[in-house]
Amino acid sequence: MALDTLEIQNKLQEAFGQKVNHFRTEYGVFVLEAEANSIVEILQFMKEDKTLNFHFLTDLCGVHYPENENSEQFCVVYHLHNWFTNTRIRVKTFISGTQPELPSITSLFESANWMERETYDFYGIIFTGHPNLVRILNMDEMVSFPLRKEFPMEDSGRTDKDDRFFGRTINNC
Amino acid sequence: MSNIVLPAEHRYNKIIQERQNEDGSELAILNLGPTHPATHGIFQNILLMDGERIVEAEPTIGYIHRAFEKIAENRPFYQITPLTDRMNYCSSPINNMAWWMTLEKLLNIEVPKRAQYLRVIVMELARISDHIICNSILGVDTGAYTGFLYVFQYREKIYEIYEEICGARLTTNMGRIGGFERDWSPKAFEKLDAFLEEFPAVWQEFENLFTRNRIFIDRTVNVGAITAEKAMAYGFTGPNLRAAGVDYDVRVAQPYSSYEDFEFDVPVGKSGDTYDRFCVRNAEVWESLKIIRQALEKMPAGNEFTADVPAYHLPPKEDVYQDMEALIYHFKIVMGEVPVPVAEVYHPVEGGNGELGFYLITDGSRTPYRLHFRRPCFIYYQAYPEMIKGSMLSDAIVILSSLNVIAGELDA
Repeated sequence: MALDTLEIQNKLQEAFGQKVNHFRTEYGVFVLEAEANSIVEILQFMKEDKTLNFHFLTDLCGVHYPENENSEQFCVVYHLHNWFTNTRIRVKTFISGTQPELPSITSLFESANWMERETYDFYGIIFTGHPNLVRILNMDEMVSFPLRKEFPMEDSGRTDKDDRFFGRTINNC
Repeated sequence: MSNIVLPAEHRYNKIIQERQNEDGSELAILNLGPTHPATHGIFQNILLMDGERIVEAEPTIGYIHRAFEKIAENRPFYQITPLTDRMNYCSSPINNMAWWMTLEKLLNIEVPKRAQYLRVIVMELARISDHIICNSILGVDTGAYTGFLYVFQYREKIYEIYEEICGARLTTNMGRIGGFERDWSPKAFEKLDAFLEEFPAVWQEFENLFTRNRIFIDRTVNVGAITAEKAMAYGFTGPNLRAAGVDYDVRVAQPYSSYEDFEFDVPVGKSGDTYDRFCVRNAEVWESLKIIRQALEKMPAGNEFTADVPAYHLPPKEDVYQDMEALIYHFKIVMGEVPVPVAEVYHPVEGGNGELGFYLITDGSRTPYRLHFRRPCFIYYQAYPEMIKGSMLSDAIVILSSLNVIAGELDA
């Protein structure tokens, strides 16, 4: 029996006020946005509260929104899961494009260690307080962050793959 | 990913200098991998050894990283299945089906019952082949080669069934949005029946070879044990978590593709050691066979293999040459001009190794805006250094095999 979304919302708003907002349900998953600086306290509350009990970190990943205004160009998405009531929840937090920094949640979930390293590796998001924030999948010598939207997938000098000939423009592919 | 040659300032060198054993012996660094014949896949572990005991380990991953998430952002939805194949290549149909189900969730497509049952059959076959590989390789690593050669013939039979369904064997690229690309041939069902007929005896014999085998028990019991709390903290899912005694299974918790229609048990272990992981996988193979039999029995009559979604399902090639509509749809699908809503979807399935999830963000264009793979191997492999701490070198190999870390899924 899944937790009532209204109950989750009330509990969180009671504890954190405006720091949690934009509650909505998308394709059966309850989504909320949380303020970046208090993310550890919010997730800790969600994990340790007896009713919420979101004890399992399913997934953590980054998203890049270069079109957004500077203060929310990066997004870190946490998927939490309460196995007892079988409730999933998605917590999104937006951070600045010039200084992407966010407290690490490795103190709450040990599994966040590599997931945060992966997010750092691909987006350059600094997780403060992470025990060993180094690249994980890419080579150490790399200087760019490949999943940022401005990073081209292929060598831009190639002439044999001109997308214009296939009806594609930079806006639709 | 770091350098293969350890720099002089590496922390292990400092530990070696500071620590003095009573008998005057020294700690040593051993580089296990990246391509070591005993690690099945490309894994590097820099081990700090005290004699034959592991003091500390530092895994390095990323040797076959292929940037699937970046490639996916530049490919239309149809061209992403081949990427999913190459993650857990031991059970690629599960990955394929998970990807189609993610898209169907996004597009609100109802898949006909028969197609759902066909999917369940092929996913369970994939799970069997995944577990065959893991358990028989575990046998190889403990010195029992025979079982491996014996059951691998039956993995071959599973691949022949795949071949009948989609034409490919290892990286299957199977299915379409809405179901399958074509109906299964009578030959596929024949081969499936033959497999169900022959395989149980083989698997029973395989189990008999191992489960009460003195040598195997000595090598695996209490080796690489992990408690349920630790396993959950490290994000374990799938058979490795169930071996520790937690009965979390996505097929039961959040049934997809009509898993709720079938009766099966979720085998759990107790101590979370290598032997329990082996036993849980063995038992899961029996449950998978049970599910396949039920699916065949309950399969609705007819030959419906896909939902009626012409805008997303590639039409048969003959129609493309004859019908105008089919030609238009074919062109639009191949060029990626299919209507897609702006949304965010997360779809989990029970993969061979645990919860495999696809987190898809679309912006209405021809490609995903962002696609993140929740890869179970990647998440639980970080517990490996802790699991092998204090054990023998040969145990480290056995633990790695029993965790069934697939390099393709680890590195994506």
